[in-house]
Amino acid sequence: MAKVLVVTSGKGGVGKTTTTAALGAALAQSGQKVVVVDFDVGLRNLDLVMGAERRVVFDLINVVQGTAKLSQALIKDKRIETLYLLPASQTRDKDALTEQGVASVIRELRGKFDWVICDSPAGIERGATLAMRYADAAVIVTNPEVSSVRDSDRIIGLLDSKTEKAEKGGRVEKHILITRYDMARATRGEMLSIEDVLDILSTPLLGIIPESQEVLRASNIGQPVTVASAMSAPGRAYHDAARRLSGETLPMTIPTERVRLFEKLFGRRAA
Amino acid sequence: MSLFNLFRRQSSAPVARERLQILLAHERARRGQPDLLAVLREDILAAIAKHVPVNQDSVVVRMDRGSTVSTLEIDVELPNSIDERIAVGF
Repeated sequence: MAKVLVVTSGKGGVGKTTTTAALGAALAQSGQKVVVVDFDVGLRNLDLVMGAERRVVFDLINVVQGTAKLSQALIKDKRIETLYLLPASQTRDKDALTEQGVASVIRELRGKFDWVICDSPAGIERGATLAMRYADAAVIVTNPEVSSVRDSDRIIGLLDSKTEKAEKGGRVEKHILITRYDMARATRGEMLSIEDVLDILSTPLLGIIPESQEVLRASNIGQPVTVASAMSAPGRAYHDAARRLSGETLPMTIPTERVRLFEKLFGRRAA
Repeated sequence: MSLFNLFRRQSSAPVARERLQILLAHERARRGQPDLLAVLREDILAAIAKHVPVNQDSVVVRMDRGSTVSTLEIDVELPNSIDERIAVGF
C-alpha cells in the first residue's frame, strides 16, 4: 500500500529538499516506485536539486486546477527507472493550492506509487500545512541548533493536530532526521548532542546525516547525494535512513568521511 | 577562574539544552490556546475605546516571563487633544 511521507521542519535551510531528493532516490534504487512532490509553490527547488530543471513543463498547480493531467506533469528521472518528480509552480503563489485539489492529487498518486514524498516549504503556513495534510508519516529534518529544534517542536505539534490522520483520531508516524551533524563539535560540547535533541523532542530517530561537502557537490551537479556519492558519509547515512523507512532495523551509526591521503594532500578534485 | 579555563571555553551545548527545555515547556502548555497577549490587547483596546477614541497602534502590551513571577506591562498612548473630553465626560 502506498505511503505518503512529508519531509518538513518549520525552519528553512535545514535540508528538507536535499533530504527529499536523497531519500526518494534511495527508496527508488531499492526498486520501489517513488514520486517526490515539491510543495514549495513560488520557490521551487526540488527540480534543481534533482537535475530536472530544464524538463519542467507542467506542475502541481496545473494538476490541482485541472489544466494538465497528472501524467503530463510527472517527470521521470533519467537515472532511476522508478523515480518521478512532480514539480511546484514557480510563477503562481501558494494560494493556488486548495485542500480538495491537493487531496485529489495525493489520492491519484497513491494509486500509482509505493511512496509519495512531499517536500514541504519552510514555515507553518498554507503550503506547509497542505504538504503535511494527508501524510501517513513525517520526517522532521532538524539541525542540532536551538532555533531548528524549537521549530521542529512546533511542527510536531501541528502533525499531531492539523493532519487528516490526527483529526480522525489517528497518529502520523513521526521520525527525526538530524542533518548537518558535526561529531567533533558535539563531542567538544559546542553543539547539541543527538541525545539532547531526541530527549527534548521525544520522537524516534531515523538517522544522522553528518555535515559534509558532498551534499553541496551533489546539488551543484543536480543529483541526489545518494546517487552522486552513494558511498560518502551523507550518502550512506541517507541510504540507511531509507532502509529504516522501509521497515529494516539497522544499528544507528554516524558514518564518517574516509579522506584519502592523496585527496588530503592535493585537495579534492573538482566535481 | 582556573588556568585550565583559560584554555578551554565552557561548553555551550548544556546552556542550549536548558534554554530549550524551559522555552518548549511554556510553548507546549500554551499550544492550542489563543495567543494570550493578542487576546489581552484586543480586550484592553475595546475597554479603552468605550470611553476614549484610541488608535489601534497606541496600545502596547508587553510580557516579561521571569522564573517565579511574570509581569504584564500595558502602555496606552492617549492624544492630548482628548483631555478636555475626558474631563467633561467624568
